[in-house]
Amino acid sequence: MTWAAVLTLGVGTYLLRLVGIVLRDRMSVPERVERYLDLGATALLVAVVATAALTEGGGFAGWARPAGVLVGAVAAWRRVPFVLVVVLAAATTAGLRMFGVP
Amino acid sequence: MRSLTRTLHREDLRDAVALAAAIAVVGASFGALAGTAGVPFVLMVALSVVVFAGASQFLVVAVVAAGGNVFAAVAAGLLMNARHVPFGLAIGDTVGGSWPARLLGAHLLVDESVAFSRARGSGPRARAAYWTCGILLFTFWNLGAIAGRLAGSAIPDPAAFGVDAAFPAALLAMLLPSMGRADARRVGLAAAVVALAATPFLPAGVPVILGLLGLLVARTAPAGREAS
Repeated sequence: MTWAAVLTLGVGTYLLRLVGIVLRDRMSVPERVERYLDLGATALLVAVVATAALTEGGGFAGWARPAGVLVGAVAAWRRVPFVLVVVLAAATTAGLRMFGVP
Repeated sequence: MRSLTRTLHREDLRDAVALAAAIAVVGASFGALAGTAGVPFVLMVALSVVVFAGASQFLVVAVVAAGGNVFAAVAAGLLMNARHVPFGLAIGDTVGGSWPARLLGAHLLVDESVAFSRARGSGPRARAAYWTCGILLFTFWNLGAIAGRLAGSAIPDPAAFGVDAAFPAALLAMLLPSMGRADARRVGLAAAVVALAATPFLPAGVPVILGLLGLLVARTAPAGREAS
């Protein structure tokens, strides 16, 4: 690990963050395009959820994690408060692992 | 800042604190891993503060620990963070209108702060939520990393606490309000299928970006009916 590596990743990541925000401000976005930008964020976030819930290192993450996410999802759908959703998901996964579920 | 505290809802602050607490645990495991990988303390703190993108930080440190090529890892990390561009395009208006707000707010853009603000629309409440969530996550992530680095191997495996389930569940909970729209459900489902199908074959981060292919099934918005 070197300073050059840290700064390259840091500055690069910062510019990736900034460019979208600045571009959005610079252009007047028609409603049709705005809908696509919004749906694009939804698509990316759902893709993050799906891959984070089910996969690890390119393979299946094991059953404990998706089970916890599922419990959290059902809780959220039943309008359980957000804090409890997070705690229920983590507790389910932690509990299953305690009983040896990978 | 004064307007931020005025428009901040109490329950939004509570929810952001919950996310921040969970991210501190992940930050601690990052700090511990960096210690094991032999990353010097100052460099670890710099990586955590300057990059502030957890998955890419883990990636780079893991490669260093395995004796791999650091710059290949940095390139992979940047690819992983490329999704920030479409996120910025989507929520640019929420971050702020002035240059100081844009320049500072950009650094707080992570999956969670984006989802957190989007779940609260795009008005003043969403802006206060973005900044509150971003600042808390940034603070707790870095404090967690420092604590983890100092505690070293005394830090238990975060998997034992199930935090790896907490984040997808939290993101999902924040996405639920937007799933009331049929076009968002279609796009989301397609994005999940594409990303999962691509995961075994492509480097980390790329499957998520390919999730944008879900937009192909967006079709046109049936005017007024699906728009929540």
